[in-house]
This record gives sequence, C-alpha cells and structure tokens, in this order.
Amino acid sequence: MNAEHQKNSFRNQPDDRGHFGQFGGRYVAETLMPLILDLEREYNKAKADPAFQAEFDDLLEHYVGRPSPLYFAPRITEELGGAQVWFKRDELNHTGAHKINNCIGQILLAMRMGKTRIIAETGAGQHGVATATVCARFGLPCTVFMGATDVARQAPNVFRMKLLGAEVRPVTAGAATLKDAMNEALRDWVANVHDTFYIIGTAAGPHPYPELVRDFQSVIGREARAQMLARTGRLPDLLVAAIGGGSNAIGLFHPFLDDPSVRMLGVEAAGYGLDKDHAASLAGGRPGILHGNKTYLLQDEDGQIIEGHSISAGLDYPGIGPEHAWLKEVGRAEYTSVTDDEALDAFQLLCRTEGIIPALEPSHAIAAVKKIAPTMGKDQIILANLCGRGDKDIFSVADHLGVEL
Amino acid sequence: MSRLQSAFAKGPALVTFVTGGDGPTDTILDALVEAGADVIELGMPFTDPMADGPAIQQANLRSLGAGTKTADIIRIAADFRARHPGTPLVLMGYANPMTIRGPEWFADQCRKAGVDGVICVDIPPEEDQELGPALRAAGVSLIRLATPTTDAARLPAVLEGSSGFLYYVSVAGITGLQQAAQASIEDAVARLRAATDLPIAVGFGVRTPEQAAAIAKVSHGVVVGSALVELVGQHGADAPKAVFDLTKALADAVHSARESA
Repeated sequence: MNAEHQKNSFRNQPDDRGHFGQFGGRYVAETLMPLILDLEREYNKAKADPAFQAEFDDLLEHYVGRPSPLYFAPRITEELGGAQVWFKRDELNHTGAHKINNCIGQILLAMRMGKTRIIAETGAGQHGVATATVCARFGLPCTVFMGATDVARQAPNVFRMKLLGAEVRPVTAGAATLKDAMNEALRDWVANVHDTFYIIGTAAGPHPYPELVRDFQSVIGREARAQMLARTGRLPDLLVAAIGGGSNAIGLFHPFLDDPSVRMLGVEAAGYGLDKDHAASLAGGRPGILHGNKTYLLQDEDGQIIEGHSISAGLDYPGIGPEHAWLKEVGRAEYTSVTDDEALDAFQLLCRTEGIIPALEPSHAIAAVKKIAPTMGKDQIILANLCGRGDKDIFSVADHLGVEL
Repeated sequence: MSRLQSAFAKGPALVTFVTGGDGPTDTILDALVEAGADVIELGMPFTDPMADGPAIQQANLRSLGAGTKTADIIRIAADFRARHPGTPLVLMGYANPMTIRGPEWFADQCRKAGVDGVICVDIPPEEDQELGPALRAAGVSLIRLATPTTDAARLPAVLEGSSGFLYYVSVAGITGLQQAAQASIEDAVARLRAATDLPIAVGFGVRTPEQAAAIAKVSHGVVVGSALVELVGQHGADAPKAVFDLTKALADAVHSARESA
C-alpha cells in the first residue's frame, strides 16, 4: 500500500461524503445537489484517466509555464539574519498568480461534463482573469460575478477580463464584495444547472470543490518538494503561505503533510488588527455553514456573516477552506495572522532586497517570514509561496503609501 | 391530527411566506390568517440568502438592518402560536442561523414556540445530521424541498425523514422570478404523488390568483412568497392591508379548487 493512503496519513481527506473531520460537506440547495454528485462522479473518473492528467500536465507546462522556479533569496536571508529563505515562484505563471492551475483543471472537467457555459466569482479579479483566460483558450462563454465595490477598485482586472471576452457582472447586493459575488454566482448556477459549470476560485465550497481545487493546486507542493530535494538534498523545515480561502496554501502544504519534519504556517489577513476589522476566520471566527461547506467563519452570535477586511482584496473573505479548518483542529498546520501595515512593509522589503514586486496576498506570507526567520538557525530552510505578482496592486500600494501616480 | 395535516386535509391549501422582522410582522401574520392563508412560513433573515431572488434578498437585508435577532423570530413565532392556536407555522431559512447554537437548541426553541415545521434551504439529505435528528426528536417536522433536478433515484433520500409536507420547487432557480409551465408542474406533482403520501405544495414564481388556482387543481398546496414580500417592501408599516388584499384573492383562488375537486 502506498504511504499516502495509510490510515494515519494526513493526506487521505476528505471522507467519501466530503468531510474533513467535522468540516467541509455539501450544504447546498436541493436543485444543485444532483449536479454536485455528478461533478464528484466525473472528477473521480477524470482522476483515474491518464489522458485527463496528461492534458492537464501539458497545458501546465506549455501554456502556464510550469514548473515554476524554486528560488533561494540571498539578500532577504541575509537581512533577516536567520533561516534560509526560499520562494516558490508561482507569480511567474501565465496571468501572474497560482489561480490559473486550478482554472485549467476545472475547465477540462467542465468540457468532460459537456457544459457549454462557465461562471466564476472574483474578488480582486485574479481568479476572474484566470477563468476568462481559460475560457478564451477553449472558446467557452464566460460570465464573472464581481462585487460592484471591487469592480470600482480593480478597474485594470475588469478591463483584462473584458479583453479576454468575458462578461463582468457587477453585484450590488450586500457589501458588494467577494462574498456577495459568490452568492450571485450560486444564484446563476442554480438557474442554469443544465449547461453551466461554476469554476470556484478557492479550495472551498461544497464537496468536491475543496478536494479538486486542492488537487489541481498541489502541483505547487509536488514541484517544490522535488525541487528542494534536488537542490539541497533535504526537505524544508517550514512552509509559509498566505490564506484567504487557502488554495495556494493547501496546494503547497498537501504534498508535505506526511513529512513529519516539515512544519507549516498559514498566514491570515489581520486587516486593521484582530480586535478591529479583519479577515482572519481561524483567529477570529468559529465553525459555521456558508457557501456549501462547514468551516471557520466570521460571524455574530446569531450566525449572521460579518464582512471581512484586508488591504488585499484576495484575502478579503469571511471564511476559509475546510481542509485548513481541519488541519488547524488536528494540529498538523499552524496559523497566524499579519496586519495590513505589516504586509505593506513586507511588500517593500521584497521589492528592495530581491527585485521582486509581490502581490499583497503573498506579502502577508513574507511578513510572517520576516518575523520567524530571525528566530531560526542559519542551517534551517523556510519555503514561502510567492503566489502572485504585484502589478495589480501598485495603485492601492501607492495610495496607502501616500504617493500620487 | 397535527396542525399541518389538518391544514392540508381540507383540500388545496394556501401557504404564504413573509420574512420575519421585515415590517410589522405580527400584524402581517394576522392579516395572512384573516385573509385565509392555511399555512404560514416565517422567514428567518440571513446575511447571505443564496437561494433567493431580489425581493426576498432585500427583505432579509431590511430585517437585519432593523436589528432583527434570532430571539425576535422565536418571539414572533411564540406570540403567533398564542394568538392562532390552530394555524400551522413553519420557519424557513438557512443552515447557519439555525445550527449555530447547536441543533438541539434550535429544535427546542421551535418546540417551545409551537413551531410546526422547519424548512432549511441549504441542508440536503446528505447533511441531515446537522438538524434532522434534533427536529424529529423534538416533534418538529423537517420539510424538504424537491426540485426539477431531483430525479427518481434521489427522491427516496429526500423523502426519508421528512414530514409535514413536501415543498416542490417548480423551477430550477431562485425565488420570485420565473414561473414554471403548468404542464411541467402537473407532470412533476404526479411523479411525486406516486412516491409519497405527504401533501405536495408547489412554489417559486407563483404571484397571481390565476396561477395559484391552476396549480391548486393539481397539487395539495400553493406557496406564495416574493409577491407578498414585495408588498411589505413597498408599503412598510401599512403593509398588512395590502398583504390582506392579495392573500384574500390568492386564498379564494386556491380554495375554489376545493369545490371543483
């Protein structure tokens, strides 16, 4: 029996009902339930089909540009004065973030299922751009739901999606941000289940989405593990990744879960601070049910959902993927949070020391690295996921730094 | 015979939905009963009503904006039960507010308030353990939804553990928008009747007395929600009068099918 399928493995979640311990599951309206079951059957078939995997791998190599490099960062290592800092360079992917890995996998599934129309939700617009990209590549019509607030503050990504042929539908309900965009995408889906596939952007939602998004994103961790062994002959001591829904983090962590020497740290967005507005659902929330899964949510005592806040629109979501909720509960991964200001400092640190402009999402991971590296020995290795590049963020960073462009 | 059984025993029943805490709910509920509604669905507001169209979304936000808490909904239900001992009352809403204090807590509150049944939009049979066992133990009906996508293979799972009535969602979509074709409703209800003895109430997109009368001829009940909720949104404090008038017309239409049956 393969090690990863042993009973005491951390890598055999979810169970056959889509539960990660008490988390995950399929909390959807009856109209969607048959489709969710169909998707699960189809995904299981695809996983076992070498042709599906071969097409996925081929597109990742020749269209996305994988494998992404594993980079030792000498100057930030020197500046922090402790552990060696390495980055998995997923910001070099086509479209500039890890999101495309998942979109390639899901659109291949959509086509296997004979679906002819794609919908997606987006916050900052990165998942919307990645979805619009694969839709253009495969010639499928695409509708992206985006909160009206986000449409206004992410104009360049809105234009990118339109250039790629997608229809961007602004959502005015609620606070008009990511959570509301997801509600609206679910409303569209329930009315168009016969021909429409919903490409969910993070490792959350009803089963099998958390599993399949994780599997598609696990290319990050599989590559990184092999690259690290090839370059250093050993595994890293600590993995660090930012978490909104948590797809880049689970993609990095999952292939290492059964390596007991490897610690992992997920970094949530503490916004203005955990005692103020933030988006750290593990640190400041508790378990509940939203958007098809049970997980940690920001909510009040009645179970009403509270809007998240982060400087990073990609982390600005009041929930988290259910596998992270489980990994926290069983203690296999650790979770921390960093504020908007700490992320902004880390953003500038990476620009200055390594000549890399990171997105605000991985800037949260870098901020955590900045705190931890000095406490570790020089022979130890931190591997952080650089999950997106910062071109999209230069306007909001300038704004926060008081610079007029 | 339970209150829900009695309500459907008389022939086709009118089932009306309003969102709790949106407008003067106590008076609106009285108007519904007085106008002839047979079963009352009281919506529990939620910040993220994913299965609802614009009318009920707005009602949810108005209610929460006015400060409605779960305790207020329970209070409205208990007061209703005291004023209307014979009219069945069903709570309808989403999983998180219903389960956040534990299913036993919620089931116990329902029992004490005299709530007859619960409809939870986002707990399918696959996740029944979240609410179903606690409700059944408390003697509160779990009312499930069947939809156009619920095929024959799936229907037994939907029926298992459900009671009170079966809510047939006549269109694949959200509340308050499209109306299903009469022929498709007839086919679906016939299919459901063959599988269960539960009364079958048909809803989603039903707005007018004419539609209600047509559906009443082929089912055990007709659910109207968004059209009433829109009146509450338009008329605010004066909503009970407008709600009464529409409900009266709907009730007459639905009940007319009793004589012709």
